[in-house]
Amino acid sequence: MANIKIALAGNPNCGKTTLFNDLTGSDQYVGNWPGVTVEKKDGRLKGAHDVVIQDLPGIYSLSPYSLEEVVARNYLVNEKPDAILNIVDGSNLERNLYLTTQLLELGLPMVVAVNMMDVVKRNGDKIDATRLSKSLGCPVVEISALKGEGTREAAELALAEAKKGVKGERPHVFTGSVEHALAHIEESLHGKVENATSRWAAIKVFERDKKAIETLGVPADIISHVEDHITDCEKEMDDDAESIITTQRYNYIQGIVGTVLTRSSRRASTSLSDKIDKFVTHRILALPIFILSLCVMWWLAVAEKGPGTILTDWANDGFLGDGWHLPFTTHACKVDGKYKDMEFEDAQGEFAKQDASKSKWEETYKESYNAKNGEGSYDKALEAFNEKAKAEFKPEKEGDEFEASEFEVLDEALAKTVVAKDVFVEDEETGEPVAKECDCEKCSKKREAGEECDGCGCGCGEPDKWDVDYAAYQKAKEWEEPDPSQFGVWVPGIGALLGDGLDKLGVGETVKSLVVDGAWGGVATVLGFVPVITIVFLFLAFLEDCGYMARVAFIMDRIFRKFGLSGKSFIPMIVGKGCGVPAVMAARTIESERDRRMTIILSTFIPCGAKTVIIAMFAAIFFREMWYVAPLMDVIGIAIIVLGGIALKKSRFFAGEAAPFVMELPAYHMPTFGGIFHHTWNRVKGYMLKAGVIIFPACVFLWFIMHFDWHFNLLADEAIEQSMLHDMGSWIAWFFAPLGFGSWQGAAASVSAEIAKEQATATLGLVAANMDGASTAAQISNLFASFGDFPKLAAMSFMLFNLFVPPCMVAIATTFREMGAAKWGWFAIAFQLFVGYALALSVYQIGVLIAGGGFGVWTAVAILVDLWVLWTIFRPARKANGELKLENGK
Amino acid sequence: MTLDEVKPGQAATIARLRGDGATKRRIMDMGLTKGTEVTVRKIAPLGDPIELTVRGYELSIRKDEAAAIEVA
Repeated sequence: MANIKIALAGNPNCGKTTLFNDLTGSDQYVGNWPGVTVEKKDGRLKGAHDVVIQDLPGIYSLSPYSLEEVVARNYLVNEKPDAILNIVDGSNLERNLYLTTQLLELGLPMVVAVNMMDVVKRNGDKIDATRLSKSLGCPVVEISALKGEGTREAAELALAEAKKGVKGERPHVFTGSVEHALAHIEESLHGKVENATSRWAAIKVFERDKKAIETLGVPADIISHVEDHITDCEKEMDDDAESIITTQRYNYIQGIVGTVLTRSSRRASTSLSDKIDKFVTHRILALPIFILSLCVMWWLAVAEKGPGTILTDWANDGFLGDGWHLPFTTHACKVDGKYKDMEFEDAQGEFAKQDASKSKWEETYKESYNAKNGEGSYDKALEAFNEKAKAEFKPEKEGDEFEASEFEVLDEALAKTVVAKDVFVEDEETGEPVAKECDCEKCSKKREAGEECDGCGCGCGEPDKWDVDYAAYQKAKEWEEPDPSQFGVWVPGIGALLGDGLDKLGVGETVKSLVVDGAWGGVATVLGFVPVITIVFLFLAFLEDCGYMARVAFIMDRIFRKFGLSGKSFIPMIVGKGCGVPAVMAARTIESERDRRMTIILSTFIPCGAKTVIIAMFAAIFFREMWYVAPLMDVIGIAIIVLGGIALKKSRFFAGEAAPFVMELPAYHMPTFGGIFHHTWNRVKGYMLKAGVIIFPACVFLWFIMHFDWHFNLLADEAIEQSMLHDMGSWIAWFFAPLGFGSWQGAAASVSAEIAKEQATATLGLVAANMDGASTAAQISNLFASFGDFPKLAAMSFMLFNLFVPPCMVAIATTFREMGAAKWGWFAIAFQLFVGYALALSVYQIGVLIAGGGFGVWTAVAILVDLWVLWTIFRPARKANGELKLENGK
Repeated sequence: MTLDEVKPGQAATIARLRGDGATKRRIMDMGLTKGTEVTVRKIAPLGDPIELTVRGYELSIRKDEAAAIEVA
């Protein structure tokens, strides 16, 4: 038999995943069932590669109401696996066997594996497997998936059953008039449906399960023919057909459990699980404990000096970038020279200062030269100098080539009079001068403690500025970039190795830039997120596997239900403060598909770490007096989530599916290392494969249009105005005009922010480089002043737009992957784009109106959009689908 | 009396489930059928949902849902 398929079915928390990992090892494939976000896992049986194990979603029943259940039963009915391996939690036999009775009716070969036998034995209980097997009419094995006991046997038994096919009589669960009616329905279905599934079909007809009847293709005349029998039964039992079936099933199981399970008399009054539970769901302590656990995760993953950030920085700058010092090998420089006895960081700081002195003085000198000799005279003189030098050039050894000088002091007398004033090192994030750090004891101590030194009279914390004269310039020129290998064991990063390798091969600058900055840059963007994702998922897998996650939903449900989300939605939003990518993936822990989709759409509105860079820059340049701007962005993010949740819930996309909150609270237990590892690895792997496919080409494309002109010439960073990005920015600038920054610069910065949000600040610096201003900050300030009469409003609008439109490409790719269907991915993007655009539009247009800028067409549009948004939030809720609503009244 | 009126720590036997459709089916699938004994264990810190012990395990449902379960 080629490719035997065995379906793994069972309740959530019954150890199904553990068994699946045990049987398949690492040979698994994780994806989504087509069109839905329900996880689909399959793998091959270890040592038997023609056997495929299909892990079905964890379900309690085969009802037509929950997505997971429909997915599972459609698979079982349509695909007809060769056997079902039903895992049953031995410590919770009664409820677990409920699904078993339904699975048996499908008429497929089946084996029941009673799991958690170690727990059962520890409690002193006994399960009579032989008797259970006889009652159910299928083989029963006792296993302990956690310890790997009996798992192989269970798989082999299922294989044997698959080869044998169904034999023997399956139990008759129902009694009295119900059984009579079912037998009658089965009879009338004879020849209309397959014999093996006739029992299943009869019960579905009895339950009036429309979805199943449709799938099975039961003729309408049979339905109407048997309707009288069903109604008679309902009258007799004074209940509806579906409830009659459910009740009788449980009554039957109660009977079986009574005969096979011997409960120990020495039951501990309160188990450890109860004790933990008393503590974590305590009336007063519950919320603090929950917040504390979130803080721990937040610190681990995304806090400023936490392990996640350190790992991420290492991955981006070290491992994937230039290189890194091996921990514990770093030391002060021992090589004689300018950096002797300095630590690496200090050496870098010193070099940055000398470098700033050098370039600022050279710039000042050029200006003075031009002032003295006329506009453009310096460039002409330098050209002449280079031509002369070229003519006189003699190669010292073979292969030496002439290199044109980029700067020369052409007028010694002039140089002696040139002094560059107020030289400073620009802060990478804000473009502002970095602060002075003095060496006095008090300030050093504060810095070591990680506190900000606000001055002790020695100028600490003030902008560090100094003057450079000709003598200082000549000294500054002598400094060379510190060699990291003099400060410890230096491991070159992959990016640096790649660059060096290409240099050795002698490829041109264009190809090198394409490979290193373009292609490798794209790969590195994807891989750079791996540390934070891994940490978040290790933590979440732990919370899920130990049973705490269900309690989180239990504690938080009350709050989040109000705006249409689940109690578990809180976790993605907290993760989202650090990074949107693991936030979107963290939504996986939410069972209800509707809640999960809403959470995915909303959780990236919380400004993430990269967006914080944008906030920091704009706060420093435009909103210095307004300390509340940065926290305000978080408040806006939260407001969008709450109001967006309310509006979405009332929209036709999310209305109607009133999800019941009926949730098992599983017993607490210590998760296994292997379980957590599998959980985490599968998710990280999924992210790398799926997200990478989208991000990689997108990154390469954006890099390409930023660095090339239409003739495919590689451009220097400063020459961005000749790039394709400039032209493309001009084409779409109209889109941003109503927001107050409708220029190619605004468009280019916003588009490049999609690679990574912090890219917006870097691009702004590049596109503003030709503006007047002593620093990047001043240039950006002048850039916004060039947009119109209200630069501050334009800046606020630009910031809001970039914070609240769809997140970076990595997060978008993850959203698409987690949504399961492209249609929902597009929905998310459209929603987010609308929110970001509407917000920026309203703030700018209404701001301009208040500031006296007059009333225009776009002011009217902004007001209309706002009114519409208010209507979507405050309109009455759509009536929930009556079929799903519980009749409520006493 | 309905299940949401049962005090924490007290047990009751289910007499009847009102309503129909998904929520009712889900509640019954989880083992809350006619004649089953349930114990209310506790109420969530914010006052809703509630936690029950039924058929030897712990189940959480909202008060709205509990209000549709008649007990004796």
